[in-house]
Amino acid sequence: MSAAQNAAGAPRIAKWNLSDLVEWDRRIRDKAAEFGLDCYPQEFELCDHTGMLGYMAYSGMPSHYPHWSYGKSYEKLKTLYDHGVTGLPYEMVINSNPAIAYLMRDNSILLQVLTIAHVYGHNDFFKNNFTFKSTRAELTIEAFKAAAMRVRRYVEDPSIGVEQVERILDAAHALSWQCRRNLAIKKLTPLEQMARAEDTAQGQPDPFQKIHARKQIETPDFHKVPLEPDEDLLLFIRDHNLFLADWEKDLLTIVDEEAKYFISMMETKIMNEGWASYWHKKILESLELEQGLHLEFIVNHNQVVRPIPGQINPYHLGLKVWEDIYRRFTNPTAEEIKRDGPPVKSGTEKIFEVREVERDASFIRRYLTEDLMREMDIFEYEARGEELVVSKVADEEGWREVKATLINNVGTNSIPVMKVEDADFGQNRTLYVKHYHDGRDLHIEYAEKSLNYLQRLWGREVVLETVLDGKRSLLCSNDRGFSVRALK
Amino acid sequence: MSSGDTIFREYRISDAERSDRSAGDRLRHRQKVRESIRENIADIIAEESIIGKDKDRVIKVPLRGIKEYRFVYGDNAPGASQGDGDSRPGQVVGKTGKDGPGKGDEHAGDRPGVDYYETDVTLEELIEIMFEDLELPNLERRALREIQSDYSSRRKGYRKVGIRIRLDKRRTAKQRVMRMLASDKRNDAVARALQESKADRELDSDVEGALDEIAIEEGRLDEEALAASTGAALQRVHRRFPFHQNDLRYKHVEIDTKEESNAAVICIMDTSGSMDTMKKYLARSFFFLLYQFISTRYRNVEIVFIAHHTEASEVTEEEFFHKGESGGTFISSGYAKALEIIAARYHPSLWNLYAFHCSDGDNFDSDNPAALKDAEELAGICNLFGYGEIKPLGSRYYESSMLNVFRRIQAPNFHTVLIERKEDIWPSFKAFLAKDRVKES
Repeated sequence: MSAAQNAAGAPRIAKWNLSDLVEWDRRIRDKAAEFGLDCYPQEFELCDHTGMLGYMAYSGMPSHYPHWSYGKSYEKLKTLYDHGVTGLPYEMVINSNPAIAYLMRDNSILLQVLTIAHVYGHNDFFKNNFTFKSTRAELTIEAFKAAAMRVRRYVEDPSIGVEQVERILDAAHALSWQCRRNLAIKKLTPLEQMARAEDTAQGQPDPFQKIHARKQIETPDFHKVPLEPDEDLLLFIRDHNLFLADWEKDLLTIVDEEAKYFISMMETKIMNEGWASYWHKKILESLELEQGLHLEFIVNHNQVVRPIPGQINPYHLGLKVWEDIYRRFTNPTAEEIKRDGPPVKSGTEKIFEVREVERDASFIRRYLTEDLMREMDIFEYEARGEELVVSKVADEEGWREVKATLINNVGTNSIPVMKVEDADFGQNRTLYVKHYHDGRDLHIEYAEKSLNYLQRLWGREVVLETVLDGKRSLLCSNDRGFSVRALK
Repeated sequence: MSSGDTIFREYRISDAERSDRSAGDRLRHRQKVRESIRENIADIIAEESIIGKDKDRVIKVPLRGIKEYRFVYGDNAPGASQGDGDSRPGQVVGKTGKDGPGKGDEHAGDRPGVDYYETDVTLEELIEIMFEDLELPNLERRALREIQSDYSSRRKGYRKVGIRIRLDKRRTAKQRVMRMLASDKRNDAVARALQESKADRELDSDVEGALDEIAIEEGRLDEEALAASTGAALQRVHRRFPFHQNDLRYKHVEIDTKEESNAAVICIMDTSGSMDTMKKYLARSFFFLLYQFISTRYRNVEIVFIAHHTEASEVTEEEFFHKGESGGTFISSGYAKALEIIAARYHPSLWNLYAFHCSDGDNFDSDNPAALKDAEELAGICNLFGYGEIKPLGSRYYESSMLNVFRRIQAPNFHTVLIERKEDIWPSFKAFLAKDRVKES
């Protein structure tokens, strides 16, 4: 799902009909094909503002299982929209095959053209970027629909009911992002993990084993669960809590699958929006719009990709980096040639390669240059007392750190890494989870509540190892409540 | 470019109506908000801001338990964002607790604080929730105080007999379908009929004419008339399956009478020099709850404010809470005034009377016997009479108290409470009303 924000206010009057859209779409598709974009078939659905709010609340999905949090999300979006705090997106696209996009029927023809072009950018990205390879786009809609039907059935089942379903869903939602982040890396089955542990224990083959004393091989403990720390919290609980009913396991699976579907979106937000903006700009510039439309295009384009001080606008940052890559491989400055060597491929080849193999973190790490950071005035801030204060700016000494901080805040890097280390801690089935601390402490109130949810799903005591104010600590949640212990 | 044409799905009103699919989830969310308010009601009403506000006033209520928690980073995690061109180290760019500087973009579960945890409710709603929680006592009402005042009618269930105007066509049609399904022989005909008249609604309009006939003939089965007026859908069935009198369903309406009930809330407060702003605030909170509660129980509620020091006078609400007086205290003067007003305006046979007195207990000793006597008299005519002693900040240890004096009153509908902090208000209020309940049972 992706969304371009419309500025608040200014209702537009639509003066077009469907055949205009079909005609524009044909022209845009021809251009997109000419530029080398490779898309899924596309479907557009026109909707009004309530429809759009509805799609937004359910992440764009035509069908989605019910849960009160989506009602809350709808109310919040509606309140913000009604009070003019935020506008509505021009469009919304979901990663499916065929790709489905929603267009606002009240938008002017230029906005429709702009968004259609933008949508094809997203569409191409969904089809070709490696992070989306794990989502089976042709099944997306059906998978969500099937999940929705199952959850509805549990809600209506007199022996389960809405309260019980919410008990599980509330907890599962709290933990859903605690899953594997890079889905391109295969998860080993327990048997493969065992084989690997055995290999590791044997060590390197010794070419002189005839003259050396036989090395002692320590057999690894194959009874340990899990053999290797497991990042998929929900799935781990599903497979190892013996007291869960089938429907409870099913709910965990549903929530986990949905999270993994959205992980790809999260991982490529900046690239994806930048890519779509890059192409809508190129396509519209090539369409030879009449002057009035062209002016309207420039106004709206600038609105979408403008820098927003105090934030990172993914449209702006993404577009800047894409344009910079293209420029550096097409028309590098003498200084850049001296530093990086002459370009080995054309700008177009390069950006198509990048759109396939990178995600936000690597995209920024590799392609956001010092000059560009300075131009965009990207800074790092931190909390000091009540205030947020600029701590580093992108100058010669600080830019690397600012960049590292930026990378730490994109995609799934903004979510703490947690892994299940031991499912039988202290031999009493306590679940031992470790937070892989990287300098950033957990928000303690949120950690407490989330840990309670973890305990609810696990059914027994859970402990979380983390670092608080520089001290290793153990957060425990059990029947007696929540406690924090310092570790030595 | 992949093959195949782009599909455009045009906007349709029917889709737009269907698209309100969040209705169920919104409802569930609102239920949860309500639950959350109920759980924290004692804290909420202890908040200064809600006391003494206008009923339609929208107030912000902090919510607990409705946040969606996740593991997130806390305050020591630095962020990065874009400046306006000349950011310098040390520059202040925002406040903590908000999502980053400025408005912040929305990463899912990025940081705490993106969640809103306040909701708007009107005061009236809040009061409703508040008293829902209370296992309301049915306040005592004597027969004389009830006057039948209001007729209203409301729907209640369905009957097989009734007048034509109340015929429920939809239910009637359903009954017929049910009967049809129940008769085995007809099953094939049913299947066909159902298939051909796909929706209930169609059936409805088709059979309307037929139903009219039946109603006119008062249920007598006139097959010919039916055949003539039954719509095309039924004509197509091999053999007709006409309406039977047993299929007819009528809406049933019940007449509701309500009793007119009057109540007067008499607020008596000590406004002597020793009653400071804090004490008055606590008193005000208590009176507010009492008035709101009585208002939910009776149709017509009047409120009387009596302020007293050594003398008592009836005052406006504004004066009652804000005008400071000085000097000593004769509690009996306030009670005497209350008795006088009751005698003049609120005869106990017509009015349900609720009197409550707030004081810091600092009475002149010489007045105590008179106060005791008047209090007993008030308890005699009021449904409920209470005395609240307000002693903030541990002042009960060095100031004199009326609680000991009033202990001698035997009346079951008299109740004393001690209020030391604002957190005491809700429990004391509940205890006060419990008195009423005990007496009833």
